Amino acid sequence: MALLQTIQQMGQGLLGAAWLPVWTVVKILVIVLPIMGTVAYLTLAERKILGWMQVRPGPNRVGPWGLLQPLADGIKLLLKEVIIPANSSKYLFLAAPVLALAPALAAWAVIPFDDGMALADVNAGLLYILAITSLGVYGIIIAGWASNSKYAFLGALRSLAQIVSYELAMGFALVCVLLAAQSMNMGDIVRGQQSQYGLLGWYFIPLFPMFVVYFIAGVAETNRAPFDLAEDESVIVAGFHTEYSGMGFALFFLAEYANMILISALTSVMFLGGWLSPVPFLPNSIIWLLVKMSFFLFLFLWFRATFPRYRYDQLMRLGWKVFIPLTLIWVAVVAAWMQTPLWLW
Amino acid sequence: MANNFFKTFLLLELLKGLSVTGRYFFARHITVEYPDEKTPQGFRFRGLHAQRRYANGEERCIGCKLCEAVCPALAIKIEIAEREDGTRRTTQYDIDLTKCIFCGFCEESCPVDAIVETRVFEYHGEKCGDLYYTKPMLLANGDKHEEQIAMDRAADAKYR
Repeated sequence: MALLQTIQQMGQGLLGAAWLPVWTVVKILVIVLPIMGTVAYLTLAERKILGWMQVRPGPNRVGPWGLLQPLADGIKLLLKEVIIPANSSKYLFLAAPVLALAPALAAWAVIPFDDGMALADVNAGLLYILAITSLGVYGIIIAGWASNSKYAFLGALRSLAQIVSYELAMGFALVCVLLAAQSMNMGDIVRGQQSQYGLLGWYFIPLFPMFVVYFIAGVAETNRAPFDLAEDESVIVAGFHTEYSGMGFALFFLAEYANMILISALTSVMFLGGWLSPVPFLPNSIIWLLVKMSFFLFLFLWFRATFPRYRYDQLMRLGWKVFIPLTLIWVAVVAAWMQTPLWLW
Repeated sequence: MANNFFKTFLLLELLKGLSVTGRYFFARHITVEYPDEKTPQGFRFRGLHAQRRYANGEERCIGCKLCEAVCPALAIKIEIAEREDGTRRTTQYDIDLTKCIFCGFCEESCPVDAIVETRVFEYHGEKCGDLYYTKPMLLANGDKHEEQIAMDRAADAKYR
C-alpha cells in the first residue's frame, strides 16, 4: 500500500492532470490481463475436467500436463486466415466479435475484488451490471445477421429469445439481493453480508432459491451447456459463429469464457459474500473471492459434463413458467420477511 | 403430485446426475496413451499382409488363386505362369490395402500358409498407390517378420 502511494505521488508530480487516465489504464490492465489468462487456462481446465469425468486424461501433449495447450491454440487461431463470407455485411461482421467481448470485459469495472478494491466504486453498480450484461447479446445478434447464413441466423434468433427470457429471472433474483442489501453498490452488498458468524451471514441462506435461479439463469445467459442452443453443434453447425474463423472466432470464445468468469464473480459477490471469509477466525481477503469463483467455474464445467441440452420449448418453459413466477414470489416473500423480526441478515 | 413437486424443485434428479459425473471425476483414466503405451495383441491379430517362404528360401505360394476367389473386397490380383522347373508360380501377386478389409479370409483359405497377416499395424503411405502392395513387397514383409509369424502360427495351431 505504501508503495502504491509512492507511485501515485510520483506519477502525480510527473504528469499532473494526465496522471488520472494513465493510472486508470494501468488499473484496467491489472484487471483485464489476469482475466485473459484465466480465460486461456479455463479452456484447458474445461478440456481436462471434461476428460476426467469421461475417464480419459484430457490434453497432455503440449508442455507438461498439457499446460501450454492454450498457448498453442491461441497461436493457431492468430495465424489462421480471417475469412469474410462474400455475401456478408462486412463491417458488422467484423464489429460483432468486438461487440460480444467488450461488455464481458466492461462489466468488470464495478466488481469489488476486496474492500474498496474496485475500478469504479459507483453507487448504481448493480444497475450497471444488468445494463452491460444485456448488451452482450448484440454481438451475437449482429454476428448471426451479418454472416448471411441460415445457421448463424437461427443461432442468433435462439440466443436472442433465450437471453431476453433469462434476463428477467436474473433481474428479479437480483432485486432480492437489492432488497436484502438495501444498496446497489457492489461493495455495500458484500459489506451487508458481513457478520460475526462467517458464512451464516451470506445472502445465499435467506435467498437460497434465488441463488440457485441466479446461477442457472447465469449459465443460460452465457449460452453454456445445457442451455447452449445458440451454438447447438448437432443441429445448427456452430450457431451464430458458424461463419467465423481465426481471431473472429477466438474473440467469441474469449467473450463466452469471460462471461462465465463474470457470472462466477457476480454470484460470489451477490450471494457468497465476495471477499468475506467463511469462518470468523480467518481474515477476509481477495483469495476467498477467487476460491468462490473457482467453485462456480467448476460447476459450469461439471454441468457441461453432466446434462444433455434442453429442447427449445423446455428452455422457454423453464424461463417463463418456472423461474419468473418463482422469483416474483420470492421477491414478495423477502419483502414481507424483512418487515418481521425474523429477518436476521 | 406433491412428491413430484419436491423432486422437481429440489433438483434431485439433476443432483443424482451430477453425483455420477462427480464420482467418475476421481476414477482412474482408462486411456491407453498410444505412442507411449500399447494395448496387448493376440496371436490372431490381423495386420499388414506378408508372403512366407519355406526354410530353404522357396516361396510358399503355389498360385492356386483361392485367396483371390475368397476375397470379399476384391483386393487381391494374381497372375500365374509355369516356371522353368515346371511348377506353377505367381508372376504377379498384388494386394490393394486401400480395398482390403482385413477379414483374414485369404489367410484362412491358403492351403500352404503362404499369405498371412502379421501383427504390424503401424504403416502408412505417403502418396496414392503407396498402399498397393506387390509381390516383392509382400515377400520382403514375410522375410522381415518370419520369426513372429512362425511363433503366432504355432500358438494358433492347437485350436485348429
